[in-house]
Amino acid sequence: MSLNKEKIKHVAKLARISINEAKVDSLTKDLNSIFKFIEQLNELNTDKVEPLTSILNQSLRSRKDEINDGKIREKILKNSPKESEEFFVVPKVVE
Amino acid sequence: MVDITNQSLSEIVDNVKAKKISSTDLTKAYIKNIESAKKLNTFVTTTFDQALDKAKQFDAKPNYDQLLPGIPLAVKDLFCTENTKTTAGSNILNNFVPTYESTVTKNLWSNGSFLLGKLNCDEFAMGSSNETSFFGNVINPVEDQLVPGGSSGGSSSALAADLTPATIGTDTGGSIRQPASFTGTVGLKPTYGLCSRWGIVAFASSLDQAGPMTKTIKDSAIMLEAMSGFDKKDSTSINKKKEQYSKNLKDNIKGLKIGIPKEYRVDDMPKEIDELWEKGKKILKDLGAQLIDISLPHTKYALPTYYIVAPAEASSNLARYDGVRYGYRSQKGKDLIEMYENTRSEGFGDEVKRRILIGTYVLSSGYYDAYYLKAQKVRNLIKKDFDDNFLKVDAILTPSTPSSAFKIGEKTNDPVSMYLNDIFTVPVNLAGLPALSLPAGLDKQGLPLGLQLIGKALDEQKILNIGFAFEKNCAFKNKIEKWWL
Repeated sequence: MSLNKEKIKHVAKLARISINEAKVDSLTKDLNSIFKFIEQLNELNTDKVEPLTSILNQSLRSRKDEINDGKIREKILKNSPKESEEFFVVPKVVE
Repeated sequence: MVDITNQSLSEIVDNVKAKKISSTDLTKAYIKNIESAKKLNTFVTTTFDQALDKAKQFDAKPNYDQLLPGIPLAVKDLFCTENTKTTAGSNILNNFVPTYESTVTKNLWSNGSFLLGKLNCDEFAMGSSNETSFFGNVINPVEDQLVPGGSSGGSSSALAADLTPATIGTDTGGSIRQPASFTGTVGLKPTYGLCSRWGIVAFASSLDQAGPMTKTIKDSAIMLEAMSGFDKKDSTSINKKKEQYSKNLKDNIKGLKIGIPKEYRVDDMPKEIDELWEKGKKILKDLGAQLIDISLPHTKYALPTYYIVAPAEASSNLARYDGVRYGYRSQKGKDLIEMYENTRSEGFGDEVKRRILIGTYVLSSGYYDAYYLKAQKVRNLIKKDFDDNFLKVDAILTPSTPSSAFKIGEKTNDPVSMYLNDIFTVPVNLAGLPALSLPAGLDKQGLPLGLQLIGKALDEQKILNIGFAFEKNCAFKNKIEKWWL
């Protein structure tokens, strides 16, 4: 299969990345050559193969659902690009 | 003061323990080296004042019963360091100062070492040449105009140029082993789960693993011992007793069975790589190991599988960079969605964007079965290839890379040709196994070449032992002229 420009713009929308119009052509070329490479996998019949779900021979541990942290609001807000009092600030969402 | 920065980590540790050099003088010697090697562009951030304070504290109250007594270390800028900027080589984390410390760096510090600075790397560890970093490409100390490999290119370059006595990197598809091979150093990717991933900027969570980059095998054993261990904060951390890799290092490999996989002899591989492999086989055979021809039939499908699995996981992991809670935020855009789109467009570089788009596509509705599910099935076949063969052999010997270090800019216009660098290293990540790249020779231009030893899961000691015996009998000598001085 091949990816056309419209499809790539749609995927970029899903990924929340704006794509510079001038770069769409080269991006289309690069992605198509990568997918051509990836699609070698179609040579293999995998109908009877189970997908790998973990490379460890152990199941994921679970822990007790209890509070083990907290009172670190200042630390959490420390790297925010914009905050007000105790909140992250984003562009207006609701009119 | 005698300069000892060209010595191995274990020799430096011995010198500190014998009180031949203080931690302060050692730290000053590295700072001097770093300041005169700016041309290599290895450091994103230096922490000299903090390092000198720590060195003074050590000298005032030395504790020599530690693995890394008073040793300054620079680390890849993918490890979060408390109160020290951590960028992952990206504009989007250009101003990020973690309020916590990654578990592996914390382990290094609790063994007596301290931070010297943060090393350049490919953006989010996506790259094989350190050319995707927002902070510019790194130069290979072996020769000007050559790449140091990637993604841990700042680490390999700084180590080979004597700017740090040892370092750590991360390896998702070869990012420790390939740069080690390009710089004539030793790189170890441990078994998935041996070193905690907590506090490491995530790329592909089912493949990422931190490991040591060092001048010698013994150094690798010391560093692995210091950095590894169970961590309850990483859900895939393996809960097992800590090993004493350096104390248990042995150079007797008589009777060990070494597998030689025929699929690693690829078309158009330079003759020199083939000759290097032959040389490696002969050294191990002369030491009493038994060579066994094996087949890993799904090897050629490892890279295509990787370029589905890794971007898929990356697109998910990198969804967190939205310009709201930390990192760069674009000032452009009329609403929240446009702010996200512009932040991510301006914050990420081209290679990272490509991989996020690949990942988003292969996970999107209607394509998941054809790509992601298919790749996870093939991944199982690749793992089974290794499982079957490890019933017959103790370790597997292959070349580390299909070429020596290439020129800056040589492969940047063709992503697939760049990806082919990792053809011998990627299968190991897909199967979660440990593997070591060790320097084995120079090509006719004098550039280092490496061989790779792959072990069974959690069999790091054995591949370190084989590497130790190999190193003693290989007589590899790195030719670094320090032309930047």
